[in-house]
Amino acid sequence: MDLLKIFSEIEKIDGEVYERFDTRRRVFRHMAGLGKTITAATMPVMLGAMFNKAYGQTTGLSADIKNTLNLALQLEYLEYYYYDAGLKTPGLIPTADVPAVTIMRDDELGHINALKGVLGADAFPDPTLAAFDYTAGGKLAPFAAAAGYYATAQSLEDTGVRAYKGGAPKLMANKDILTAALNIHSVEARHSSHIRMMRRTLAGSTNGGDIAGGTNNANPKSWVSLRENGGPLPAVTAPIYGPGTTTDFPGEDNVTQATVNVQNTTTYPTVPGVTFTDALKAAAVAEAFDEPLDDLAVKAIARNFRSAVGVGKGLFV
Amino acid sequence: MTDLTSQPTPAPAGLPRRAFLRVAGASAASVGLVLAGCNSTDPLPVVPIDPNLLTLAAGETGLLNYLYLLEQLEAAFYQKVVDAPPADLLPADKAFFADLRDHEVVHRESIRFALAANAYDANRATPLAFNFSTLTLTTRAGVLAAAQQFEDLGVAAYTGAMRLVSTPSMLSFLAKIASVEARHAAFVRDLRTPGSFAGDDVVVNAAPLQSVSLTKTPAQVIEEAKAFFLPIVVSTSLLPTT
Repeated sequence: MDLLKIFSEIEKIDGEVYERFDTRRRVFRHMAGLGKTITAATMPVMLGAMFNKAYGQTTGLSADIKNTLNLALQLEYLEYYYYDAGLKTPGLIPTADVPAVTIMRDDELGHINALKGVLGADAFPDPTLAAFDYTAGGKLAPFAAAAGYYATAQSLEDTGVRAYKGGAPKLMANKDILTAALNIHSVEARHSSHIRMMRRTLAGSTNGGDIAGGTNNANPKSWVSLRENGGPLPAVTAPIYGPGTTTDFPGEDNVTQATVNVQNTTTYPTVPGVTFTDALKAAAVAEAFDEPLDDLAVKAIARNFRSAVGVGKGLFV
Repeated sequence: MTDLTSQPTPAPAGLPRRAFLRVAGASAASVGLVLAGCNSTDPLPVVPIDPNLLTLAAGETGLLNYLYLLEQLEAAFYQKVVDAPPADLLPADKAFFADLRDHEVVHRESIRFALAANAYDANRATPLAFNFSTLTLTTRAGVLAAAQQFEDLGVAAYTGAMRLVSTPSMLSFLAKIASVEARHAAFVRDLRTPGSFAGDDVVVNAAPLQSVSLTKTPAQVIEEAKAFFLPIVVSTSLLPTT
């Protein structure tokens, strides 16, 4: 076991790992003192104890943190089983896209494991595939064709991005957990970006997408544009891009940031041959920011995808 | 760093660290002369300020200035591509790059507004010019490689910076930008290498965390980006580290 390599690997994603162990110097002084008594058998135990101290929070997590992480965990299960079910449906996903969907499925499993690790015994139990209804009560047909499958995938990922963002301020009391959640959050955004590109490719689009995703949101940009025309199926997806339950959570078409209407004050560069209209500016300004969503609004969206089994298990309540 | 015993006395807020050390050094050297009888009308020793050193302020102001600098850098890069696209850039690419430029301009201007008089360049006559001489901007491949570098760095910078802020409103503001940078990064990576949107160089595994974004501290980010600021040297020495 190469301890230095382990630390180096962790440092790649967590520059402050040494600070978590008091200080770099102290941890290695500690190690040096123990040198003679460390054996192959005791090393994993010792490492485990160190990680528990650094990240393990099985006791002392506030109700806010537990609730926020458990909602995130339930959303991760929703996504994981969605990708897993799609990959197991023969002929659904175009061969060329199977590696990407596999990456996303595996990332969601990684997020599940990370959240379970932080929550410990407080983690929401694995609800299993049976807990979810991806047709949203018969309104969607996600496993019939790739276009519909990707449309719902985009909806789930964009919900995830807004949910993590909405929950982030509640995690500030624990910087390690905050960082873990925000780092998961940006991976969800990467997924959404790729799904949007797969949707365009499938539709034969080469223009990079239309403002608000065009008619029926069939030609989305790689980023959230205005309210996405209500998403792929507005009856289910409009709230994913709309406002939350309080004025702190405006819809994705919001153009006011840091208390200023950015659309009106932004100094747009002059580009020969291009005239920035207010409509163009509003789209660009709204696209430049992803808006958070509060937990009540997130749960209301997610309950669309809950089966009777999921209701019984208390999903998204 | 929590081992305060090994830290030098912190520089007063607002005074660049190097300048502070120079002041400290000058004082030590000159104190004897002063005691030896220089009269009080003598001018104070003039301490030259390094015009090429940009030391970001302490606290959240410094942190926001750091992100402001990165947004300025990204916006300047995309503006350059939009103004003088490489000959082999596809027509559709130009629309993408215009979007990316717009978003970064919006980020830059929003942060500038938030900083107001605290922006490092609030009193500068001309904006900082960035040095793109290390990049190949005459080919589509070169432009995409550079865009990927900027976007991946931006994602790592925001994820690293957000744990350092102290107010919830500031965290929310930065998080709104962070995920858009991640969307950009995935998009540019896919353009350059299809399917690399969440490559294992940027979405990493290291127990106990899995499939999480690569994170970089301000010092790591500035070190990686230092060529773009030359001859200006940016110091993050006063920025928060916890």
